[in-house]
Amino acid sequence: MPLEVLLVEDSPGDVRLTKEAFNAANSNVRLHVATDGVDAMAFLKREGVYADAPRPDLTLLDLNMPRMDGRQVLARIKNDDSLKTIPTVILTTSTADDDIVTSYRLHANCYFSKPVQLEEFEGLVKTINDFWLTTAKLPHEALTAAVLPESAKSPAEQV
Amino acid sequence: MPLQVLVVEDSRGDIRLTREAFRDVNPFIHLEVAHDGVEAMAFLRRQGAHLHAARPDLILLDLNLPKMDGRQVLALIKEDDSLKNIPTVILTSSEAEADVLKSYQLQANCYLSKPMHFEAFHGLVKSINDFWLTKVRLPENDKGDEAEPGAQSGHEQGPKKSRGTKSGGTRGNDENDGGRRNAH
Repeated sequence: MPLEVLLVEDSPGDVRLTKEAFNAANSNVRLHVATDGVDAMAFLKREGVYADAPRPDLTLLDLNMPRMDGRQVLARIKNDDSLKTIPTVILTTSTADDDIVTSYRLHANCYFSKPVQLEEFEGLVKTINDFWLTTAKLPHEALTAAVLPESAKSPAEQV
Repeated sequence: MPLQVLVVEDSRGDIRLTREAFRDVNPFIHLEVAHDGVEAMAFLRRQGAHLHAARPDLILLDLNLPKMDGRQVLALIKEDDSLKNIPTVILTSSEAEADVLKSYQLQANCYLSKPMHFEAFHGLVKSINDFWLTKVRLPENDKGDEAEPGAQSGHEQGPKKSRGTKSGGTRGNDENDGGRRNAH
């Protein structure tokens, strides 16, 4: 089964670099792109043209974007019971302490600043792939849909 | 100032393995241990014997703990405005899907299951070090406000702290990092 990754990024150049880096790092990844925050929320909520969108296993989220910025997207994801369990990684050019602290306060799963150099950017995508899509345990989609937050502990006890 | 890691773990064997693995992969990490959930919260809130505890840069949290379990600790951390931005990584022997899901619902930063074999466990600690303590940008600003009295860690050192620690100590065996930060 492919791993679904949603990239929320308005820079066409960065989109292209990220695609190429994932192609090199893990051919099992299916990368989806939303080019601003409104687009991202439509994808996640399966609205409009995204009615058949898959649930992402991981979201890579830029902070500075048109229409709805990454902070708002992050806040909406992490306040939504059906979306909050999707690991959401901030990937931005910002290195501002305020952005880092705010992102963690909004429950970003982790924060990366984009390296300037191409090779380093490729290395970062590989790092993200190796850790999040290989080492970390990700929440299971079927369970996410079936289990209510309050009863998340009970299936194990019922078995 | 070294990076501070709080390990919340009741198994003496796992504590020892974690210490040894960190000593191997990054001797500049300062590891503190809380043996149950109550002790973890006292440490984080600087209560009782933990009055002068340093604020951790990263928390490694087991789920099944005496007195107060890891799910409760996680919920308390992520509901507390002064603690919620400390990255909290679940590190547990449980592979139950319900535990994974519940942890992400409670805003765990990530979930890792402990491998059985020592070599694999060692490799996982190296992954944690390389990812969370080397590549990821950790929040720094709060530390200035909450630093120990007398520590005087000025704000200007904030964003460079983790990098400074790494480049000062482990650049030699950190082949992947390649000085990418120097680009800025």
